[in-house]
Parts: sequence; structure tokens; C-alpha cells
Amino acid sequence: MSTSKKTVINNNKKLTSKSKDPVSLILRILVWCAAALTIMILFVIIGYILYKGIPNLSLDLFDLEYNTQNVSLMPALINTVIMTILSITIAVPLGIFSAIYLTEYARRGSRLVKIVRITAETLSGIPSIIYGLFGLLFFVTTLHWGFSMLAGGFTLSIMILPLIMRTTEEALHAVPDSYREGSYGLGAGKMRTVFTIVLPSATPGILAGVILAIGRIVGETAALIYTSGTVADIPDSLLSSGRTLSVHMYALSSEGLFMDKAYATAVVLIILVILLNRISSYTAGKISKS
Amino acid sequence: MEKFKITDLDLYYGTFKALIKVNLTIEANQITAFIGPSGCGKSTLLKSLNRMNDLIEGCRIDGNVLLDGEDIYGNIDVNLLRKRVGMVFQKPNPFPMSIYDNVAYGPRTHGIHSKIKLDEIVETSLRNAAIWDELKDRLKKSALGISGGQQQRLCIARALAVQPEVLLMDEPTSALDPISTSKIEDLISELKERYTIIIVTHNMQQAVRISDKTAFFLLGQVIEYDTTENIFSNPRQKETEDYITGRFG
Repeated sequence: MSTSKKTVINNNKKLTSKSKDPVSLILRILVWCAAALTIMILFVIIGYILYKGIPNLSLDLFDLEYNTQNVSLMPALINTVIMTILSITIAVPLGIFSAIYLTEYARRGSRLVKIVRITAETLSGIPSIIYGLFGLLFFVTTLHWGFSMLAGGFTLSIMILPLIMRTTEEALHAVPDSYREGSYGLGAGKMRTVFTIVLPSATPGILAGVILAIGRIVGETAALIYTSGTVADIPDSLLSSGRTLSVHMYALSSEGLFMDKAYATAVVLIILVILLNRISSYTAGKISKS
Repeated sequence: MEKFKITDLDLYYGTFKALIKVNLTIEANQITAFIGPSGCGKSTLLKSLNRMNDLIEGCRIDGNVLLDGEDIYGNIDVNLLRKRVGMVFQKPNPFPMSIYDNVAYGPRTHGIHSKIKLDEIVETSLRNAAIWDELKDRLKKSALGISGGQQQRLCIARALAVQPEVLLMDEPTSALDPISTSKIEDLISELKERYTIIIVTHNMQQAVRISDKTAFFLLGQVIEYDTTENIFSNPRQKETEDYITGRFG
């Protein structure tokens, strides 16, 4: 017969009796408050902008030419589209190809990979005004491009490059190695494996990153004020100055003359950004499903 | 006729010696089984037969592996080697594309693009993998939507589509249920007429059921290599006997 004692956990409590531990109660209230506050702040901001902006929305706000009568946001909207296309065309191929190099070609854990990764992380932490000043010194002044869409586009593409590289890298890492093995096992080379198996599987993730980057471009002001300037018209060429929606808003509110119109512009901008975010999380959701 | 001749093969992962002085001759059109406890080097040897171990960092090899008399670690085209020596993996790994494209991937890689030819290859390969009847109506559907057993037979069809001479199978049924397993075993037995098959298995009954010859591995060494019948009924080494009677492993 065994004589060892057993520790018995008291099981006499009824299942329905709720724990009255004060610490857990306080924690629960704190967590609840934090969640409520966060949601409230978001709704207050959006609500305030909609409240101040929607009554000021008018058709002449969308005239093709800007003047002080209509304070049209249309040129800025078109400039935003041009700026987005410009920066994306420069940054996306560069970012994707360097990410492919880092994940597929470079030796895993090599010095170069580490250096590039640290550099990219540092770049993504730099405030955008620094990019703006760099763009001003290099593209605008040294290369003599002047305040231009081109200078702005290049500055922004440098700014979003780390973001695209990182998201692409993550997307490539998420592709199971078994796909690569399967492809090599059939006698496919590295190039074919990367471009026909790995890259297509990573596309949704890469796309989500690109859309996130578009969100940053659309919302950027500091890096653009000093590079693409603040001219409120549709530029004749890429070497002319032009303001994007965010810069337009900044200009309107710093001049202080058309605050109503600034709010109306904010409504358009916020709808644009929310739309982009929805598309981004929708595509991101698609990857996790597959 | 001998297909592979492995002489004095040593394999290192960094400083760890995973294979020690392996000498094996593998006959054509036979099924050779590699058995042994986990970590004994059987999968490692399998992977070194089509140089899949090139993908592993720090993997180094001494010794010779001859395929039809040609040194596969010499100056050769690795992609061509892998076309001749196909591989089926432990977990079914169909590509995230349609069933048709999965099978056509290999032939397309090797330069076949005519639709008529591809259709023909896809059908023959799926028929040879005994899965044509199950899949013929859904060739355009995603390969990820079929069952695990079907996926593994699809992977076999995919490997057959490049018309290899040798099929390496790394525990091809370990992730499958008994019914799928028996289907794949039947298939393997049928395939040996046309292909040389080397199969790594944890399941000794499987080795008995399908293989002609068996190599028993322990701690990176080939302890015994003989006909399957001899290995299981009349082993010469004590370690082999201990392993097959279930005293360890």
C-alpha cells in the first residue's frame, strides 16, 4: 500500500460561482476602457471631419482648374494619382527584386543580407521630413530638377522602398519550402522556380504591401513640400511642380483663408485612405486563406 | 543492371558527419527500400542521389555516386540530373495551381509547350499514377482542393510527367491514411517495371510488402544490404535483427 499523501485541489466550489478577484476585475475594466477610448477617438475624428466637411462639398470643388473662387481639389487629386504611379513604378520593381535577391539568392544569414536588412529598417524609421530635405538637396538642387513631380516621385520612392522590400520579403518567406523543393525536384532551375512558383504564390502579400505604400504616398506632405512644391495646377510635364491632395490640404489650412474647403478636401482624402486600407486588408486576408 | 553505384560516400552537415563510408549498388527496375530509425541518414542518402542536398547549407560530400557510370557530383547539369532522377516527398506538395498545370509544370520546364503534347503527357502521367479517373473532370480545378492521398498520387504523376528513370520516394505514405497508403503501394509495385524506385520508409511492413532489396541504416552507416527476404527472415547482423524485431527504433 502506498502511504504518500496527495495534494488535493479544492473542488467544492460551485461552477456557477464567479471569481471575485479584485485585480482581475480592475484589469477587465482597464482593458475595456482602452478599447472603448481607441474606437471613440477614431470615430470622433472621422465624425468631426465629415461634419465640418460634407456641408462644404460642392461641384465646383471638382473643377479642372484651380482658382481662389472654386478652390478646386481636382488638380491635386490628379497630381496624387500621377505621384502615386510615378513612385510606385520606381520603387516596386526595385523593392521586389532586392527582396528576391535577399530571400532566394543571397546565402541565408550572410553579412550582406544583414547589412541590407539593417539599412532598410533604419530607412523605414526616418521621419519623412528628412527625406524631404534630402530630396531638396539632391534631386531639386544638385540634379537641377527644380521643384518637380519627378523630384517628389523619386523622394517618395526612396521613402517607400524599405516598406515594399520588407513586405515582399515576408511574403516570400511565407511561401513553403516544399514548393521550392517540388520545383527543383522536377529539374527546374532557380530562375524558373522563383518566377513561376514562388513569386505567384507571394503575390497577394506583395500586393498588400504595395497598397500600404500607396497609402503612405497619398498621405505624405513633409517629403513633398520641399521636392514637388505647392503649385496648385496639373503640371505640364514631370519637371513641373504640382501639389498632391495632402499638400493641398496643408496649404489651405496654413493659409487659413479656405478652412471650409480644407475640411471638404479632408473628406475626400479620408475616403480615399479608408478605401485603400480596406483593399489592403482584403488582399492580406486572401493570402491567409490560401 | 546497376543504376546507381555509391562508393565510400561521406556526407557532412557542417561538422556533423551524417553518412559514413556508404557503399551501395542499386539495381535498375527494382524497388530498393531504405529502413532504419529516425536520424540514421536514410533520407540524407536519398536526397544525395539527385543532389537535393545542394539546397541545404553547409552540406558537403566525399566519395562517388555514379548514375549509369556518370559521376553526379562531377561537372554535370543538376537540372538534367533531377529530370532523370525524380522525387516524391514526405508531405504531398502540389503547387498552388490547377491539377493540369501541376502535371504540365515539369514538361513545360523542359521545353514542351505544344498543347496537344501536354494534354497527352498529362493524361498518361495521371493514368500511370492511377488517378486519372478520379481527376479527369476537374483538371482545371486547384490541386489544393483534393484529398491528401490524391495529392500524393498527383505528385507522383507530376514526377512521372518528366519521364524520369529513377523515382526517389521519401516516406511517401507517412502522412496518409491506410487506404491511400495501400493505393500508393499498389502503384509503386506497378511502376517498377518502367522505373527504378528507391523508397525511404519507417514502416517495415511496407518494406516487406513492396521492396526487392532493403538497406538497413544505423547512425549514418549501412549496416546490412540484401534482398528484402533475407533482411527480414534471416538477418546477418545483430543490429538488424534487433531493429526488425522491434527491440529499438
